[in-house]
Amino acid sequence: MEPILQSISLSKRYGRVVALDNANLELYPNEVLGVIGDNGAGKSTLIKALCGAVQPDEGKILLDGNEVNFNSPMEARKVGIETVYQNLALSPALSISDNMFLGREIRQPGIMGDLFRFMDRFKMQKLAREKLSELGLLTIQNINQPVETLSGGQRQGVAVARATTFGTKVIIMDEPTAALGVKESRRVLDLIGEVRAKGIPIILISHNMPHVFEVSDRIHIHRLGKRLCVINPKEYSMSDAVAFMTGAKEPPKQN
Amino acid sequence: MSDISKDLKKQPTFSEDIGEKNQEHHSFEVKDKSILEKIQHFLHGNPTMVPVFILVISVMAFGLVAGDKFFSAFNLSLIIQQVTIVGILAAGQTLIILTAGIDLSIAAIMVLSSVFMGTIAVNLGFPTPLALIVGFIGGASCGALNGLLVTKVKLPPFIVTLGTWSIFFALVIYFSGSQSIRARDIESNAPLLHFFGERINIYGAVFTYGAFLMILIFVVLWFALNRTAWGRHVYAVGDDKEAAELSGIRTDRTLISVYTLAGVICAIGAWVSIGRVGSVSPTSFYEGNLDSITAVVIGGTSLFGGRGSVVGSLFGALIVGVFSSGLSIAGLDVLWQRFALGCLIIVAVAIDQWIRNISA
Repeated sequence: MEPILQSISLSKRYGRVVALDNANLELYPNEVLGVIGDNGAGKSTLIKALCGAVQPDEGKILLDGNEVNFNSPMEARKVGIETVYQNLALSPALSISDNMFLGREIRQPGIMGDLFRFMDRFKMQKLAREKLSELGLLTIQNINQPVETLSGGQRQGVAVARATTFGTKVIIMDEPTAALGVKESRRVLDLIGEVRAKGIPIILISHNMPHVFEVSDRIHIHRLGKRLCVINPKEYSMSDAVAFMTGAKEPPKQN
Repeated sequence: MSDISKDLKKQPTFSEDIGEKNQEHHSFEVKDKSILEKIQHFLHGNPTMVPVFILVISVMAFGLVAGDKFFSAFNLSLIIQQVTIVGILAAGQTLIILTAGIDLSIAAIMVLSSVFMGTIAVNLGFPTPLALIVGFIGGASCGALNGLLVTKVKLPPFIVTLGTWSIFFALVIYFSGSQSIRARDIESNAPLLHFFGERINIYGAVFTYGAFLMILIFVVLWFALNRTAWGRHVYAVGDDKEAAELSGIRTDRTLISVYTLAGVICAIGAWVSIGRVGSVSPTSFYEGNLDSITAVVIGGTSLFGGRGSVVGSLFGALIVGVFSSGLSIAGLDVLWQRFALGCLIIVAVAIDQWIRNISA
């Protein structure tokens, strides 16, 4: 099977520090790929390179088999790589629907939109409501309520819904459960399942081993700037994964 | 292999952790709120209601205390005339404060524009429309300069505009030669500059064209801020600049457009001020910077950015006007007007803080 997103020998140096050392990664269609690694292993540089926030020194990124180069996260978004940042990148005082379309507003047809630049608020609200209900989040009652009145999990839901709205091919989620309580984490993990069921593959970066092991199809273990191994969460335990991550145990041989 | 499967069995799953019954994933907690919390939530959703409330109360209070002298069509319309210039400046100031900035140079830009308009039309004798165009370009350039310094040189808006305030004021003295342009000379050479000072009488209430223009500016800005993508971006940039950037908003462009537009609004204010004052004086409106900030703050716009309404600033300006008029008609000394104004500012910001500390 062709990977949908692939990085080949990515390298990135900051002065003498080698953050990425010929790092490879493959994401296949319809899968959740967990990415774990110790602090400083270079996983966040890898993810930033994939979402356009960092430009690698060497190596290439392939999307659907075609090479892509990003100078900014906006360019990655344009080709369908959406990122749900840890801080969510939402504007707390704006409404749910404003946030979902922030930077990609829909204008009214005709002179009102072309000349006076009026937004089609009705259409935006309708689409926002549709997207949220597709993901089972419609208990957020009022699409016009400010995001700051939502709970942490609901905000995560809005950020994920936004990421799935615009012809998305890949979603990268950075520590989606780090700031959440048990119940809300549960909801977000369900949400990851729902997004995958819609056919959008996900890269999940997390320090939370139980969460990664529960939702991932494969787990990419990053160590010293490169991929150490990819394991199947059904074949290895969390303590094995930690041992690989920290170098306490030899990784399994892979071809 | 056997130890792995044992290990696997030990891994807790979430359903065990918290129990199936507790998993109301979709729940949205609604707890009972006290009356005070309800008020807080209402004001959070409708921040403009605070200044509206204060305005209505103060008009009624002064009406009772000072009687017909205050509560007449003429006096109320006079208040609107008096707040026209500060109101227009406050409209521009609101845009900047919504982006979590502040503009201390706003009145200096206005005076500089009015000096351009007056000097070119009257002293140099060029056609008035040309003088107006130069005045508008001047205002826009001053605003754009502020915007570029804030975004490209990355200086805090307070410092930038503190500096440009002095610079623009010096330019005012340079271009005007410290001389006022007399009302009589404007009237005979460039009557178009007085256009917004024209008055119309509606059942005893006297309005200048400038007052209508001020209202129009607020209406246009309200639509721009609430109904266009640009307006949403202004709020988003002020709310959380980094988040706005990650959402794909070109924050620098938004900020420069805001400062430039504020400069243009200052130029409109310059034209209106020539009509209102009659002459062009290089030393006028020296307190206009702070007066406009006062109106914005009393109008409920947060100095931390991202929250507030341009219409609130109109009410803020009117509240200041009502207090000055009411207190002077009631026979109180000017010092007590300033005293009351100071209290109003502090109360307004305290209410703003309280509303912001909302619990979800």
